Amino acid sequence: MKLAARETIDSFVKAAFRTTGLLVIVILGGIFVMLLWNTIAFFAHIKPLDFITATQWNPGGNRASYGILPLMVSTGIVTLGAMMIAIPLGIGTAAFMSEYANSRLRNILKPMIEMLAAVPSVAIGFLGIVIVGPEIAKLAHQANGLNALNGAVLLAIMALPTIITVTEDALQALPVSYREASYSVGANRWQTLRKVIIPAAAPGIIAAVMLGVGRAIGETMTVLMATGNASAFPKGFFHSVRTITATIAIEMGEVPYQTTHYYALFAIAAVLFLITLLVNLAGEYFVNRYRKYQAT
Amino acid sequence: MMKRLSPVIEWFTLLFCTGTVLSFLIAILWDLTAKGWPSLSWQFITELPSEGMTKGGILPAITGTVMLTLLTAVLAVPLGISCAIYLNEYAKDNWLTRLIRASIRNLSGVPSIIYGLFGLALFVQGMHMGTSMLAAGFTLGLLSLPYIISTTEEALRRIPASTREAALAVGATQFESIRDVVLPSALPGILTGVVLTLSRAAGETAPILFTGVAFYINGSSGYLNQEFMALPYHLYMLSTQHQAIEQVRPLAYGTALVLVMVVFFLNLTAFYIRYKYRNNE
Repeated sequence: MKLAARETIDSFVKAAFRTTGLLVIVILGGIFVMLLWNTIAFFAHIKPLDFITATQWNPGGNRASYGILPLMVSTGIVTLGAMMIAIPLGIGTAAFMSEYANSRLRNILKPMIEMLAAVPSVAIGFLGIVIVGPEIAKLAHQANGLNALNGAVLLAIMALPTIITVTEDALQALPVSYREASYSVGANRWQTLRKVIIPAAAPGIIAAVMLGVGRAIGETMTVLMATGNASAFPKGFFHSVRTITATIAIEMGEVPYQTTHYYALFAIAAVLFLITLLVNLAGEYFVNRYRKYQAT
Repeated sequence: MMKRLSPVIEWFTLLFCTGTVLSFLIAILWDLTAKGWPSLSWQFITELPSEGMTKGGILPAITGTVMLTLLTAVLAVPLGISCAIYLNEYAKDNWLTRLIRASIRNLSGVPSIIYGLFGLALFVQGMHMGTSMLAAGFTLGLLSLPYIISTTEEALRRIPASTREAALAVGATQFESIRDVVLPSALPGILTGVVLTLSRAAGETAPILFTGVAFYINGSSGYLNQEFMALPYHLYMLSTQHQAIEQVRPLAYGTALVLVMVVFFLNLTAFYIRYKYRNNE
């Protein structure tokens, strides 16, 4: 082939590659516009203030009420519970893998964590119904264990691989000299871990927690299957809750196209989108903090 | 005394954390295998469901999931790889590139149910695909795109600059250098990422809820313009929505086991590719 022809192909292909790069921006923009558009349509029917302050989500009633508060509180309770379980376990496991385990053990543990991350959410939700639920029911003397605690346990399992992997990366990224300096002044392994390693890796650990929170807030199937989905205002860990994601999953299939209810589901999705966006941006900010810290 | 004991206690605390996390994985695998295995039979994976899902097999759900995953791959893999090539091989460090990268990171954090809504609004309603395998495949393709891009870029980044320079030095154009030198050497890494992403897509439920999955279809899954059955949705329906939940519990266990086996098979394939590739280096 002549050089000119080859160069023509080259520049043509380059343009094609760039187009696919731009496509990514278009997709994110598309999601954003879709949510915004339908949310505006929703606010044409319902006052924004009612949406934020009403304490009831009851689109089917005689006097339909679209309060996002119970849904947000539900999502908050379940996520908070999940983090209370997953943060200590995750940091402990990451510390064990990074500071105590030898490389052979680490090479076994890492794929196992990846396997845990690979279990589909619907399978974890199923186990919430058949294992975690009955156990909670026995403990709390309830008819069934489909409540916020169940969802929290399952979300902890789903968020753990993210928290462990990112925390372990952050611990591993610390220079050896930190550990050497600490050992040389007579600190033992535990003191080094607590007083030197974990504080120095704090931005990375916060990033890990943020990404775990993002994962937990956006998870649909496990909470849909395990938390009971009662639409009453959430009262606590031993009560049934109904998260934003579960509400969308339950109601979107039945709602008629382009009704207030239909737009309302996009509006709560927009809120969910904003929350996960903020949480992920915060996570990314902290990841960059520890990267920058590394470079200097 | 306390001083001598404390390292042991501390070590056990961390070991306890690790053990608890691993016990989750073991409990999941053990319970699904122990209770799902008796349901598995040749009939279970080759027959259509019968008598209101209380008997028969899950063949249409298996073919539906396989077809959907293949469709996702066909739609997302070429786009994902080409975007990664642009970012790693061509893009200069300017605001546009940073915007693209920020978009990719944000897309991978978008909850899967929102992809479902987007698929419903864009593919099902906007493009008039209706609830169909095609619409669900496009939705899952979008969901998979950021993961394929970032894993491919990771694989490309591992190829040393000298490899590219050698190809350019003997007179290859940039595209020829990418096609004949860079891509072949990055292939195992790209493949690992693609297979891992597809294993994720195969287990997703939320994005296909409103875009094409059905609890029961007459005949077999696999037509692009029709609704289909899928393993994750089948498991969801059998375990929460069926009118005789206790009666179909063994079938639900069987479905869960098949689903987890499909996903783990893909994962192990990816681990194997990665393992072989690292040893060859």
